[in-house]
Amino acid sequence: MIIATNVTKKFGKLTALNDVSTTCNKGQSISLIGPNGSGKTTFIKCLLGMVVPDSGFITFNKQNITRDWKYREQIGYMPQIGRFPDNMTIAQVLDMMKDIRKKSAPQLDEELIENFGLNAMMDKRMRTLSGGTRQKVSAALAFMFDPEVLILDEPTAGLDPLSSEILKDKIRSEKQKGKLILITSHILSDLDDIISEIIYMQDGQLVFHKTWELLKKDTGEEKLSRAIASVMKAK
Amino acid sequence: MLDILRNRIILVYMAFLILLSFSFFNINDNTSKGLLSLMNVVLIIVPLVSIIFSSIYLYNSAEFIELLVSQPIKRTHLWMSLFAGLSLSLGLAFFIGCGIPVLLFAANSTGLMMILMGVMLSVIFVAIAMLATVLTRDKAKGIGLSVLIWLYFTLLFDGIILFLLFQFMDYPLEKAMIGFSALNPVDLSRVLILLKMDISALMGVTSAVFKDVFGTGIGMGFALSILLIWIFLPLWVSVRKFNRKDL
Repeated sequence: MIIATNVTKKFGKLTALNDVSTTCNKGQSISLIGPNGSGKTTFIKCLLGMVVPDSGFITFNKQNITRDWKYREQIGYMPQIGRFPDNMTIAQVLDMMKDIRKKSAPQLDEELIENFGLNAMMDKRMRTLSGGTRQKVSAALAFMFDPEVLILDEPTAGLDPLSSEILKDKIRSEKQKGKLILITSHILSDLDDIISEIIYMQDGQLVFHKTWELLKKDTGEEKLSRAIASVMKAK
Repeated sequence: MLDILRNRIILVYMAFLILLSFSFFNINDNTSKGLLSLMNVVLIIVPLVSIIFSSIYLYNSAEFIELLVSQPIKRTHLWMSLFAGLSLSLGLAFFIGCGIPVLLFAANSTGLMMILMGVMLSVIFVAIAMLATVLTRDKAKGIGLSVLIWLYFTLLFDGIILFLLFQFMDYPLEKAMIGFSALNPVDLSRVLILLKMDISALMGVTSAVFKDVFGTGIGMGFALSILLIWIFLPLWVSVRKFNRKDL
């Protein structure tokens, strides 16, 4: 579904992505793991067209994404820190997004809005919301248009334990529907039971992309945090 | 866009303009004098508020703009919507704040010209602010750049012109002056408004040349198209830069 080929991106002297190539297919739930500054967010931004690679290219369903914007209709993105205009209410932000996506009620997936209790807060301005509540709005927006691909950057960071479980349940149910899910997270314990593959990055390079089963066998660990710890130790 | 209109600063700006306009018209017994005083203040304040408000708004919305770029919309469309929202709010604030008092007290051709110039300057400086913002990533540097640009157009430019005038005092500079005035939208606006007033006759040879060039219908059209270029050129460059920007 998404194929990255020899993607390289430099910011001044810093090489954020160094010849990264990988393939992500439907039905996979991939966690993007790596130390800080390894290029995870840059890679995601390249997939979303927010950053244009210096060389190499990315295709979505066999079409090059350079200068294309329509392919994003099939992607739901949840950024690491969701910031919205202070004076807008939750309802206005959701309406604005529905306007942009040109989709309305019957085709929307509003399950997260209900489960997070956002319906009771529709008239509150963004300025008055806590960071965690804003994260819930970001999460709801990512899932709301029932996209084929979900890209979640640190989705559970800032969420309380209950909301974290609600979100993980949602990710699991989307995975059952055969969607492609890409998650970056440092909270590896959260990822244990919702991922099927791991991409490990370091210093801008893609070190490996393998299934969770294979990684378990290679490291002899059953928990993701221990598996990754042993990978990092070996480097 | 609605979130801008509801913004308290726009409302305060509008209230301030209303207060200013009413006081100028009430203090001066002659509406022309009131208009003249108002014009001088407007030509300094409108560019300032437009450029600073737009810069601050764009920097504050930077993360939201990033989120919107990840949605299925064209970057150009997004950038133009921001431009439309800012221009409409600032233009409307000026039109209500200054335009209505002017229409009440001095609805002559000078007054109308001043309203038109005020709205155009609002939009011009929104476009300039968008260009400055897209070029500078750092918020502090960007807003500082906006202040410098305002300073240049309202103070420095005229200082440079006066300096040149003194240096080349012995040469006939009238034609050159027309060229120079096209380089500064604030000066161009001032010239267009003053030409509608009778006092321009007092300004001597230079004003006679200005009246010849800009006083006619063709000249007015020429001046207005220069002002439109002042809107579209910065806007076009900023759209191109935004389309290529790494977010």
